[in-house]
Amino acid sequence: MEALLQVKNLTTRFYTDEGTVHAVNGISYDMEAGETLGVVGESGCGKTVHALSIMRLIPTPPGKIDAGEIIFDDGRDLLKLSPGDMRLVRGAEIAMVFQDPMTSLNPVFTVGSQIVEALKIHFGMAETEANKRAGELLDMVGIPAANNRLNDFPHQFSGGMRQRAMIAMALSCDPKLLIADEPTTALDVTIQAQIVDLVRRLQSQLGMAVMWITHDLGVVAELARKINVMYAGYIIERGDVHSIYKRTRHPYTIGLLGSLPRLDEVPGTKLVSIPGLPPDLIALPQGCPFYARCTYRLDQCLEEMPPLEPADEEGHIVACWRWEHVAGRKN
Amino acid sequence: MSGGNGSLVSVRRLKKYFPIMRGTIIERHVGDIKAVDDVSFDIIKGETLGLVGETGCGKTTVGRTILRLYEPTDGAIIVGGINLADVTGGDLRRMRRQMQMIFQDPYASLNPRMTVGSIIAAPLEVHDIVRGKEKHERVQELLQMVGLNPYFVNRYPHEFSGGQRQRIGIARALALNPDLVICDEPISSLDVSIQAQVVNLLEELQEKLGLTYLFIAHDLSMVRHISDRMAVMYLGKIVELTDRDEIYLNPLHPYTQALMSAVPIPDPDVVDKRKRIILEGDIPNPANPPVGCNFNTRCPVAEEICFKEEPEYLEVKAGHWASCHLIKPEGI
Repeated sequence: MEALLQVKNLTTRFYTDEGTVHAVNGISYDMEAGETLGVVGESGCGKTVHALSIMRLIPTPPGKIDAGEIIFDDGRDLLKLSPGDMRLVRGAEIAMVFQDPMTSLNPVFTVGSQIVEALKIHFGMAETEANKRAGELLDMVGIPAANNRLNDFPHQFSGGMRQRAMIAMALSCDPKLLIADEPTTALDVTIQAQIVDLVRRLQSQLGMAVMWITHDLGVVAELARKINVMYAGYIIERGDVHSIYKRTRHPYTIGLLGSLPRLDEVPGTKLVSIPGLPPDLIALPQGCPFYARCTYRLDQCLEEMPPLEPADEEGHIVACWRWEHVAGRKN
Repeated sequence: MSGGNGSLVSVRRLKKYFPIMRGTIIERHVGDIKAVDDVSFDIIKGETLGLVGETGCGKTTVGRTILRLYEPTDGAIIVGGINLADVTGGDLRRMRRQMQMIFQDPYASLNPRMTVGSIIAAPLEVHDIVRGKEKHERVQELLQMVGLNPYFVNRYPHEFSGGQRQRIGIARALALNPDLVICDEPISSLDVSIQAQVVNLLEELQEKLGLTYLFIAHDLSMVRHISDRMAVMYLGKIVELTDRDEIYLNPLHPYTQALMSAVPIPDPDVVDKRKRIILEGDIPNPANPPVGCNFNTRCPVAEEICFKEEPEYLEVKAGHWASCHLIKPEGI
């Protein structure tokens, strides 16, 4: 299948007074049309910066995309587009839903007018037509009495409804790719279930690809087909969702899964925590960034960053010198 | 400090209403937000009681009212035969020694202008427990106990990461050798791998010091992991309370059932096998709760009676309390 999105050697850095922050360090992967990709990692692992780089929304300065290509759809390199052309891609072809529905809506405009704005810009719709479409969109994302809610201000919506409105806005131009950056982190678990259900339903209806960025390995187990695990600006493991959870090969992913209690766990289970802290992105170690916290480490790991290499024929790749030991293939 | 039948704290018909006032010069009382509305439960010595619920359900208010950080509107908090709700002044302060709190936000709950040493020593000074060299030694001991280097005593909070700050908060809570520690969302602002470190630390300390925890959080998997018993709150009321296994394997209240089914399990194999109950709508406004059972606006199985009468909170099975018209008590 033809790739919808090809990220090649993407490198994003922030040049600050304290030093250079190595936020994204040469990551590469492909996404197919209609696919759901989960991007998993803890705060500061570069998952959001990588998404903002794809959208070209990195504040410059201090940020800068230093290297890489982002080939989208019919072969355009998004990093080479003019700002005007890029603006036509944003929203219309790639849309983004942000983490905090409280701050991503403008409090002084009605919800309806914020949806209508995108429709007018991208489709040149007239006011009445755009209003009608906005009502349909709110209805599609499950807001009751949608047409009456168009004139409401964001504060009149609950958190879950605001996130629905954000999704309606993101879908207004029928994008090929929806990037959802921690869309349910600020929401309660019953509301999260509603949003996950909604995105899944809309995806099968509209056939778009979804990139779901999260720190929660639970949510992506339900949604994603492929998973990228990120650590310190690197993809350290990538594979099919079943393969990542069942044949985990990187010590960090193992630690992350072990840190997470399962609702269906048996009593007396102890959490396997990862000792220590993630590395400082200003002073990244020369070798593997996980070295300081890893229980499988060798001297080699301190000297050289392991490349991503295939661990099986099904496309599971892992960046660890010792993945075969970790996965129990060798002792 | 223990009451009857092994309970350390007995909470009875506790209510905490926050008044809604209107008018600027002449204020009028126009209504109440019923943050905690008639809640009863026991915390048994040595156990961890988990308190879960969604935003705004009143779980934090319960914790704070037990410590008398909020004045209860009505009801009793019985600790060692004494009703804490009636105690005042110096007596209240002395009783608070036995009960401490770990706060949610490790960035806001530590004074940025105080060193770690003086933060941890503050409760010792307030209660005038130890002085001088002994105080210094106690602070060092506490730092060691929570897994921090005693060498850090002269550093300031901003020099620590979120997980380390939470450890400082834990050390402060343990300074007075309390019996009960109320943990109010102690891990929700931390990253996954750091959460596990803090939870493991809390479990170790409980074993070592014989602590009793009231663990308040919204993360059901984590609460189930750490708790012996769990209480589920909805809109100011406890809807169900029972053993950690019973509540997962045999939840009786429709809200608990929906809540359990909404929690994602990090395993793609179980995803398709689970029964999902997706609740519609949002939590109603606590200033204007629905008539009858307060869950009736979202309940998938509500019947006529649920819109008329408020259900009673009953022990429906041995050690299993619930409040729902549709649950029939078994042989009690």
